[in-house]
Amino acid sequence: MSTPAANTPAASPPAANGGSPDRSWPLWEVFVRGKRGLSHVHVGSLHAPDAEMALRNGRDLYTRRQEGVSLWVVKSTDITANSPDERDSFFDPAADKIYRHPSFYEVPKDVEYL
Amino acid sequence: MSQNAIDTQGTTLAAAYCLQLGDDALIYAQRLGEWISRAPQIEEDMALGNIGLDLLGQARVLLTRAGELDGTGRSEDDLAYLRNEREFHNVHLVEQERGDFGFEMARMLWFAAYQCELYAALISSIDDTIAGVAVKAVKEVDYHRDHASQWVLRLGDGTPASHVRMRESLERVAPYVAELFEDDAVSIAAAEAGLGTLPSSLWDSAFGHVGRVVAQATLTVPANSPWRSRGGRSGIHSRPMGYLLAEMQHIARSYPGATW
Repeated sequence: MSTPAANTPAASPPAANGGSPDRSWPLWEVFVRGKRGLSHVHVGSLHAPDAEMALRNGRDLYTRRQEGVSLWVVKSTDITANSPDERDSFFDPAADKIYRHPSFYEVPKDVEYL
Repeated sequence: MSQNAIDTQGTTLAAAYCLQLGDDALIYAQRLGEWISRAPQIEEDMALGNIGLDLLGQARVLLTRAGELDGTGRSEDDLAYLRNEREFHNVHLVEQERGDFGFEMARMLWFAAYQCELYAALISSIDDTIAGVAVKAVKEVDYHRDHASQWVLRLGDGTPASHVRMRESLERVAPYVAELFEDDAVSIAAAEAGLGTLPSSLWDSAFGHVGRVVAQATLTVPANSPWRSRGGRSGIHSRPMGYLLAEMQHIARSYPGATW
């Protein structure tokens, strides 16, 4: 299974040998919602000629064991992902901002599930 | 006729009816299994494998029931692996050799359209096992029919090349369709007994679905061919059946009692 976007172009460009049509199917990312109230979670990817067939392939590949009640498919090329090169500037600045974590509050005793 | 004789006859009839339903499912499951690793994409390997396994599940219950009812005490495995060609009661459509992907979609469209109507009717069978299989299978075969419909649409209304091949596939399948909807002695008796349904009664709805899909795919349902298949229900089969059985049965026959 490949990761979205950045490093996986969905459909390879038309072959250089005189423009014969591209024979591979585009790549789709699959999201499954396990049950009502939960969010859709990315579970993997698959190939399909179009969105309708991607849904059906997703059903066959990722909900064989009753994993879900709802399926989303998104064309991999429609996902914009950050580049691994940008990781430092994207994520590291958050490392020392401990005031962003709500760890300075005292939890009232009678609140059980927090 | 004594009550006992009627019961015996009814049981034999139910066994024969389960056998022909089960054989259709078993033999088509075997054919669909041949697609694993040979479909256009791995996703389609999985889809055809899943559909084959759905059919195998139906066959297992129906053959087990047939073995219980016919008095021979044969298990599902005995019936699948140790019967000879003349003892199988499936239609010729499901035993035909695997063609190209278009052929498989044409065959599946017809077979699933037939099964959708069949199982919808069998939900009210007086036999609990047949009714039970029908309740579960009706959702499965609805998906099979949808899968085939989606592909017939895309191939028929796709490129000029796929359009021609899909049309040829529908023509190749056409001579085997009528046999599915033919009333044979067993299904007539089963319908009268409330066990089953008349295959001919399923034609209008099944043809309606196939006709709609084929028209939407910019194709036409082929006219009746001069030759059509017959005899599967009474054990007369076509050449591919022997090869199919040889492959399906050879392990069980070469190593009797083997388990794996």
